Amino acid sequence: MLVAGAASPSLTGNLVEDVRQLFVYPFMVNAFRAGTIVAVLAGVIGWFMVLRKQSFAGHTLAVVGFPGAAGATLLGIGALYGYFTFCVAAAVGIALLPSARGRGFSEENAITGTIGAFFLACGFLFISLYKGFLDGVNSLLFGSFLGITNQQVVVLAVVAAVGLGAMALMGRPLLFASIDADVAQARSVPVRALGVAFLILLGLAAAEASQITGSLLVFALLVMPPATAQRLTTRPASSLALTVGIGLLVTWLGLAAAYYSPYPIGFWVTTFAFAAYLLSHLAGAGLVRRRAPVVAPSVGRADVPSRVDR
Amino acid sequence: MTAELLAIQGGLVGMFGQPFMQNALVAGTCIAAASGLVGYFLVLRSQVFTADALSHVAFTGALAALAFGIDLRLGLFVATVGVGLFMGTLEPRGRADDVVVGSVFAWVLGLGALFLTIYSTSRSTGNGTAGVNVLFGSIFGLSRSQAWTAAAVAVGIVVVVGIVARPLLFSSIDADVADARGVPVRLIGFIFLGVVGACAAEATQAVGALLLLGLLAAPAGAAHRLTGRPVVAMVLASALAIGELWAGLVLSYWVPSMPPSFAILAVATAVFLGVLIVTQVRGRAQAESPVVPVEAARR
Repeated sequence: MLVAGAASPSLTGNLVEDVRQLFVYPFMVNAFRAGTIVAVLAGVIGWFMVLRKQSFAGHTLAVVGFPGAAGATLLGIGALYGYFTFCVAAAVGIALLPSARGRGFSEENAITGTIGAFFLACGFLFISLYKGFLDGVNSLLFGSFLGITNQQVVVLAVVAAVGLGAMALMGRPLLFASIDADVAQARSVPVRALGVAFLILLGLAAAEASQITGSLLVFALLVMPPATAQRLTTRPASSLALTVGIGLLVTWLGLAAAYYSPYPIGFWVTTFAFAAYLLSHLAGAGLVRRRAPVVAPSVGRADVPSRVDR
Repeated sequence: MTAELLAIQGGLVGMFGQPFMQNALVAGTCIAAASGLVGYFLVLRSQVFTADALSHVAFTGALAALAFGIDLRLGLFVATVGVGLFMGTLEPRGRADDVVVGSVFAWVLGLGALFLTIYSTSRSTGNGTAGVNVLFGSIFGLSRSQAWTAAAVAVGIVVVVGIVARPLLFSSIDADVADARGVPVRLIGFIFLGVVGACAAEATQAVGALLLLGLLAAPAGAAHRLTGRPVVAMVLASALAIGELWAGLVLSYWVPSMPPSFAILAVATAVFLGVLIVTQVRGRAQAESPVVPVEAARR
């Protein structure tokens, strides 16, 4: 995974020395900066996405980002701008599209699947038009931490700041609208406008996450950390904080592992995030078992059955 | 005029005279027929995303086989059929939610990325395009024996689906009634998911793991829109898939910078969207005219 000519890094066993080695190269410092920014934004927005059960929308947006990145590379602009353009455009498209009600869920799936495959095919077309790019396709799909420039870090940071600022403003009403849309509507919360705004923010977050994990593995930063946190605690503030913490940890560990091993970052980040998710399931099961006798009388409570089911 | 015709005729002979084109047509036709047929049932049973999940598995299975130095197709079929059957055992306990399914398959894909790296860095015979070929297909790269094997497996899929078609249709439309009538609903569903796995592996050879969803969903979605009669729709889905594949192959032959899998997907998407728009417009026109209210209501 390393640039040619660099001395191959090896673990010394000395933690301080290993961490120092990580930051020897500027590209690695930039990778950590970018990863940190992305993990925070993806965590916050992913938390709401999981709450709103829109995880496949996030996946679709990221898939649409792939031809954007490939096209941008073909045109000689940075892949990052391609991700942003296509993800946000797709978010607007999904938000504006009249939902195909009446014909049923199944046809909607067929349409979503076809369009997703078509966008991936477009990405493939751009890649084959751009000769000699075959190595790049893997980094677009499965992530890469090499060659992130200072300017890209600034762009990531500005976009993340805008996204987080917007979330700070609309967080409370969005939480309300996500938990109970009907009541929120009755209390004159602009549910539909919030939904559209959130989809666009989701587009931004998917684009940023694609930069680290690639288009196909955005679940690792957008879905797995929030899903893990939401299993561990049900209080919004603490699970949101936990999400960001898990996201950061997973990203940093992934970057370090990818630096010290020949294997790609996408693999490491998904593996760490998935391990955290599995652990939370085990911990969650343990909690339920210990609490079970206490909870038993109030089985009617809404949150209990969903936990016991799993 | 005659000269032009002759030129076109010569072009066609030249195109179909190419061995790679013949192999692609042999394999592609059979694969498309199987995909259309299986896709019809996937859409009917609302299991389109099973195919999506299997596409991730197909990638990882194929690259794991390459990384360990076995035949790619072996890994492909073992992984997709195995996971298909495994999903079949989970089915009756209700659908797992998006987050669980998505996380598991994202991790599987991450594992695929690992195998890709192992393969391209450790195998001296490895070439950098293996990953791309698995992801996006290389139908023009099929050898004669590969093409005939793929065709034979596809014919097998069509035969199996043909055998279980009646009970499968019955249990897809109304599982409870079918169960009450003594149809082995669970067994049929299980067999079907195994067949879907095999079909996913086949489609991977034609258009690649990432795009197989399009080959399965687009012709089937269009057929579902065009007719409500099951047998007609099944035949139509297969016919559409074959036609789209041929059109894609020819397009890609004439425009060499256009990869065949892109051309196939582009034609399939265009046909599906066209059918959606036409039936939408026609449906609206019928809904407005008071003469055929029954037809409109049925939509």
